[in-house]
Amino acid sequence: MSQKNMNNSEDKLVDAGVLSCQNKSRRNFLGKAAGASVIIAPGVTLIGISSAQSNTDVDGADSSKRWGMLIDTNQCAEGCNDCVSACQQENGWGEGSTDESHSNPEQQAQWIRTVTVRDKDTGHTNQLPMMCQHCAEPPCVDVCPTGASMQRADGIVLVDKHICIGCRYCMMACPYKARSFVHESLHDQKAYAPRGKGTVEACTLCVHRVDKGEQPACVESCSSGAMLFGDINDTNSEISKKLKEVGSTQIRADLGANPSVRYSGL
Amino acid sequence: MKRVVYSGIEGRSLGYWSMMGVLALFILLAAGSFLYMEHSGHHVTGMNNQIVWGIPHVFAIFLIVAASGALNVASISSVFNQSIYKPMARMSAILALTLLAGGLVVLLLDLGRADRLIVAITTYNFKSIFAWNIMLYTGFFVIVLTYLWTMFDPAMHKHTRKAGTAAFIWRLVLTTGTGSIFGFLSARQGYDAAIMAPMFIIMSFAFGKAFFLILLLGIYNLTNRSISADLIERLKNLFGVFVAAVLYFAVVFHITNLYAAEHADYESFILVNGGIYTAIFWIGQVLIGGVIPLILLYSPMFAHSVKSIVTASILVIVGGFANIYGIVVGGQVFPLSLFPGQEVSSSFGDGVVNSYVPSLPEILLGLGGVAVAMGLFLFAIKVLRLVPNNLNAEHTETTSEVPC
Repeated sequence: MSQKNMNNSEDKLVDAGVLSCQNKSRRNFLGKAAGASVIIAPGVTLIGISSAQSNTDVDGADSSKRWGMLIDTNQCAEGCNDCVSACQQENGWGEGSTDESHSNPEQQAQWIRTVTVRDKDTGHTNQLPMMCQHCAEPPCVDVCPTGASMQRADGIVLVDKHICIGCRYCMMACPYKARSFVHESLHDQKAYAPRGKGTVEACTLCVHRVDKGEQPACVESCSSGAMLFGDINDTNSEISKKLKEVGSTQIRADLGANPSVRYSGL
Repeated sequence: MKRVVYSGIEGRSLGYWSMMGVLALFILLAAGSFLYMEHSGHHVTGMNNQIVWGIPHVFAIFLIVAASGALNVASISSVFNQSIYKPMARMSAILALTLLAGGLVVLLLDLGRADRLIVAITTYNFKSIFAWNIMLYTGFFVIVLTYLWTMFDPAMHKHTRKAGTAAFIWRLVLTTGTGSIFGFLSARQGYDAAIMAPMFIIMSFAFGKAFFLILLLGIYNLTNRSISADLIERLKNLFGVFVAAVLYFAVVFHITNLYAAEHADYESFILVNGGIYTAIFWIGQVLIGGVIPLILLYSPMFAHSVKSIVTASILVIVGGFANIYGIVVGGQVFPLSLFPGQEVSSSFGDGVVNSYVPSLPEILLGLGGVAVAMGLFLFAIKVLRLVPNNLNAEHTETTSEVPC
């Protein structure tokens, strides 16, 4: 893939993923509180405000939507890895990719993984896929110093690879360990899923597919039908109806991050 | 009463140039390490997707915390009007700046994209405590340099107290910001505690004072300058209070955690069965960084001994480093609590204690930060009039100064 194509694809992703602040009282409050630093450091702050304003364009993402997922852990078959394989193939990481050969397994990226959960008292076991939960109040977005961690108007959380400085604070903040850091140079990439040495990455909810009206690769590949994707703001969508019908759980709901990925059967 | 006369150290001796040579060597090794890591990527380090901040961050945070504490002697003279400390205020302020510079160099060079420094200083997310810290560090340089100006320029002396007060307030906010980097991490068992901010402030008092005492007593010994026993006694007593306070905050932090059942596993890990991390806490932080220094400072057996004060200071630095290592790395190796009360396993290190072994380039990068801080300090005291010619009682009780 040429460098030009690479840059174009990055730009498209970035344009599509421009930050938009939804009505989030807590984060607005934090933003306003931080705005007080105008008094302390006027010169620096003015630059920050102007750049923040340029980030409020909403281009390609619909704020009336909130993309989410419902995962039925009862249907998630033990030992099945289809969603992980599909994500790897779609986004060009892990098995099948010639990249990250120098990194050890702990250093290699994992955008999605299967997690086995066992109740200590009863011994009951569940398996479920774990990836970026695309929180409505994403801690990774809050802590990112440059705003590279961002949330689209439709709730998809992304990393702007152009301004990620690789500080890894978002990885410290993520309650789901959903993010990976790229530990070496990469060459084998997909045009729509740019990755880069020294930057942080995570599940994009297959934003390139979603924007074309398609499903994320993991959902499409799930042969057991355990994964349901859709607009949870639309009361008529299949996912909304299902969420209303079955009890579902947000992982670490106590943290108040309000993930867009929900699980049933836990 | 006599006026205080400041001078630079001569800085022509074999000892001085040997020290500078060793520091330059460490800086070169750090530069080489950075280039190696930058070129290869972080796969050549001990860090991974579980331990994302390794020993370079430990060095960086340790130096940044110590920097704000090093300003303490200056603050006591200007803000609390203790004239006995006034002659040391210039050294205190310059040490604060050089320690901060050393810490920031390491922090910057450990970024995944260190080449994007311009992005880091021009593109801000104001919700991020990290971004706040970038402004706090920059502001610290500006304010402390202004403070130094008011101390150097006789025409500006009338503003010294105001500048000193601003620097004191700023350094409190700065260390609050550094502690809050961890305090704000609600998802991790080892962090998520408001006490992190005041705990980092008290840690800064102790670590910064330790650096200051070693350098002050070292310079006066090596350049044959005299210093009053009364001043040493006061510095020692204040230092002891800070060291004890660090222990106190550690006790409160862990007792509070133990009271909440949700933190029981983490506390058990750090205090009882965490292997190297338990040893780092008890032997490094508590024993070497707290108990032994307190004995050296307050036991009648070692009273009035400059050697025991310097030894205690070195131990506080070693123990303080262990303290920060325990917080930064210990807090990461302990697994995230994805499903509280349940066992979790995966291909990505869920549910298990992760491991971290620092690589040589990481260690060299961190040591390079210390070398930058010390090298800049030694250079500054050679070229600037920072060191009082003597710190005897008749000099330290006066409020009038001449810049030599």
